[in-house]
Amino acid sequence: MTMTTAAAAAGQIGRARYGSISRGRRRALFWSYFFLILFVIFFLTPPVYMFITSLKSSAEISAATNPWWVYHPTLSNYIDLLTQNQFLIFFRNSAIVSICVVSITMVVSIFAAFALARMRFWGSATLATGVFLTYLIPESLLFIPLFKTFAYIHDKTGIELINHWWVLIILYPTLTVPFATWLMIGYFSSIPKELDEAALIDGAGYIQMLTRIFIPVAIPGIIAAMIFSFTVSWANFLYPLAFTTSADQLVLPVGIVTTLIRGDVYAWGQIMTGALLGAAPPLIIYAFLMDYYISGLTAGATKG
Amino acid sequence: MADVVARDIRIPARSGQLSLHKFARRKSTIAFLMALPLIAIIACLVIYPAFYSIHLASLNKSMTKFVGFGNFEFLFRRNTFWMVVEQSLLFAITAVIFKAVVGFIVAHFVHNLPSQGQRKWRGMLLIPWVIPPAMSTLAWLWLFDPSYSAFNWVFTHLGIPQVAWLGNPYWARFCVILVNIWVGSPFFMIMYLAALKSVPEQLHEAAAIDGANWFQKIWYINLPMMRNIIQITALFSLIVTFANFDIVKILTNGGPVDQTHVFATWAFTLAIWGNDIPLGASVSLFMAPILAIAAFFILRNVRRRGNEA
Amino acid sequence: MAQVALRNIVKMFDRTPAVQGIDLDISDREFIVLVGPSGCGKSTTLRMIAGLEEATSGEIYIGDQLVNDVPPKDRDIAMVFQNYALYPHMTVFENMSFGLRLKKFPKPEIRERVQAAARILDITNLLDRRPKQLSGGQRQRVAMGRAIVRNPKVFLFDEPLSNLDAKLRVQMRTEIKKIHQTVTTTTVYVTHDQVEAMTLADRVVIMNGGRIDQIGSPHEVYHKPRTQFVAGFIGSPTMNFLPCRLVENGAGLTVRLSDWLALPVPPSREARYRPRVGQEMIFGLRPEHIREGRGDMPPGSAAFDARLDVVEPMGMETMVYFIVDGVEVCGRVDPAAAGNVGESMRLVADLNQMHLIDPRTEVVI
Repeated sequence: MTMTTAAAAAGQIGRARYGSISRGRRRALFWSYFFLILFVIFFLTPPVYMFITSLKSSAEISAATNPWWVYHPTLSNYIDLLTQNQFLIFFRNSAIVSICVVSITMVVSIFAAFALARMRFWGSATLATGVFLTYLIPESLLFIPLFKTFAYIHDKTGIELINHWWVLIILYPTLTVPFATWLMIGYFSSIPKELDEAALIDGAGYIQMLTRIFIPVAIPGIIAAMIFSFTVSWANFLYPLAFTTSADQLVLPVGIVTTLIRGDVYAWGQIMTGALLGAAPPLIIYAFLMDYYISGLTAGATKG
Repeated sequence: MADVVARDIRIPARSGQLSLHKFARRKSTIAFLMALPLIAIIACLVIYPAFYSIHLASLNKSMTKFVGFGNFEFLFRRNTFWMVVEQSLLFAITAVIFKAVVGFIVAHFVHNLPSQGQRKWRGMLLIPWVIPPAMSTLAWLWLFDPSYSAFNWVFTHLGIPQVAWLGNPYWARFCVILVNIWVGSPFFMIMYLAALKSVPEQLHEAAAIDGANWFQKIWYINLPMMRNIIQITALFSLIVTFANFDIVKILTNGGPVDQTHVFATWAFTLAIWGNDIPLGASVSLFMAPILAIAAFFILRNVRRRGNEA
Repeated sequence: MAQVALRNIVKMFDRTPAVQGIDLDISDREFIVLVGPSGCGKSTTLRMIAGLEEATSGEIYIGDQLVNDVPPKDRDIAMVFQNYALYPHMTVFENMSFGLRLKKFPKPEIRERVQAAARILDITNLLDRRPKQLSGGQRQRVAMGRAIVRNPKVFLFDEPLSNLDAKLRVQMRTEIKKIHQTVTTTTVYVTHDQVEAMTLADRVVIMNGGRIDQIGSPHEVYHKPRTQFVAGFIGSPTMNFLPCRLVENGAGLTVRLSDWLALPVPPSREARYRPRVGQEMIFGLRPEHIREGRGDMPPGSAAFDARLDVVEPMGMETMVYFIVDGVEVCGRVDPAAAGNVGESMRLVADLNQMHLIDPRTEVVI
């Protein structure tokens, strides 16, 4: 009798234990989802709020109704901005600058990375470390001397280097090239050495080795580096704020901040629309190429 | 005919001239040429300005006279400077710690999910990092608006007193740090998630058999295995946060009464708007020591990682 | 097609020598295998022939041309790598034709050559695939195809089979042999696997510590090893080595291995060994020459009893191990005749196959 109850109890305990593992797992999953939802709300509130506001007319905004809801959705903010010449100029400036910077960055960094990863020359190891260190120097340390230097060049040669959007094409590579090179060195180093040797025996020169073997093989890395360069040059705020002032020379972020915010009369519907449109290109790229975006992000620290 | 013969003879001779040794020397010349644009960009647009700013910092306002440490002496006597130092350090350290903590927690939650659902959540959680910070800060500025704050609207409906988000110095500091955490923690999340993925599952299983509970697994296995990534990410972020410009510039522009200025924004205000380039350069130079220390540790960690691999 | 000659080749990496003076003549259409333990310099030698490493001193000839200063692409060689080194972004066809395309061959000829090579290797149905979609054996074939297409003077193989599993390795070994019989290009093949070396080679080059220990046909290196290293390296399980003393025993010579074991030297070897009488030597005998004791005793054999220490049945034969003065000795016996562990067993040593090695020079006498 006592034995059977003990056995039954033991069985029960055993089963209860077993049940509690899967229940514990389910509970852990429940709390994971619960907290993740809270974090997603925290992370997505600003962009969602941008979107809500962008659908409101100025009248609805100043009426101070429920800010989290749109009662009379309208696309007038979008139409206004997209037909406004000025906004389109910002957009054009941003687009040209970003595309040029991406092109320059890729050409410079692919050649340099190939040389540093594979060919080696006197001082190449030091240079690789130097590239990494350069990447760590922030633009907020460099903009003052660069500003002064450009002003000085203007004084001496007459080339107007301040207040032109294309000056940013010269400036942004300082932000993009070191990291892109670092990234490409990592990708190129991961290509097995035998591949070069096979190409060498097949009769390829160094340029052919780069264009016909390394670049095609490292395409994922190149896409990641391109995405990085694009987002950085699209998003930069400090350089254009310091170097450009005339309305027709501004790029998108600075244009929206400086021209739409006039004194204290905030046209918030338009500002939010502009901000959303300004955030759209990186977001679209991210949506389609998320894996490349993330691999570029994590490779910086893990590849080293 | 004679031509052909002559050419036939010359070919082996020429390939004989280009010895492997010369070949190797030519190789390093080509390599150097390939790296030359990079070297030029770094030298002209990074190294030179960095040193030039030291020179600039030693000039007077009109940049006609050498004043040595005059600008620094002037700064040391100003209250605003010390406020900026304090605010910059507070801003950077607090923000990095919270970013790391939030990133670590969120990464673990995401890692807990069944693997096919992770992509979706990871995708949503990284959005704050993808939006250009200047643009998202505008949204925060509007959320913190003195008269139309959407947060205050919620507070009123919950019966909580309204908050002067950016009007009160303490709240303004809170807001600046909050926005920075919002922008930066997704980056930590992604890095830590990648690190978590590299911890072999067998270790957790072995620990479970050894009797470790959930917290002990994190403490004794995940943390030590992720230590290097945690350090590198935090140091990276320290540099970026310490030199941050966009958020403070747009959210408070240093106000109220210079209470939220950091080195970058104050240097910008002094140099570009105040037209005192030497003073601005002096202020921005104060970022250098902290950056150098962080860079030193990052480099050491990166090297160590390289050796492990 | 061409012969290859190495004249006193030395290769130093910084100050450490990898190859210390190699002389080797490879005749046209010959299949030569360089074999040795890792770090013996065999791969470095191959890479110097390919032009991937520069020889520190010495001369390398391919055909009649001195190629020391010729870059790899102009040496007219083809190489198959251990990890295949297929270009991952190219199809099999593109992989095989890459060299020809770089040399600007006309398109029809490229297609013809690739097709021909693909037929030899039986990979015509794979030409549109990418390396990722291929199995290890198929990748191996493509790598060889890339070499064949070039129609080079010399094929160089750098441990081409070591990434394959055991079964496939045997299969591809046969395949390589067959292909060489078809294409008959001069081939230099590097491996650490002595079975591969024995089965493939016309002549085996056994390297040790950056030097060549012996060059010879598989039969030669197996039966007439020049050094103790070669004797131990070729053959599996390895040759038994025992310290011994050569003593005069009335009419003949005897090898004294221990207090309880002494084996008579066959009369045919007496003349060769006589000058060494009284010296400490190393006695070498392959396991396959220690058999179970049967009724008949061929001349030159000697029977003895040994207490079995370990017995390893292998199926078609059984390895028996016994101990002679602390040294483990292996014999290969018929499974039906094998005794049990701890028991004594009658064994017969075929001393016509014995070797005596000078312990100082490690040279076989």
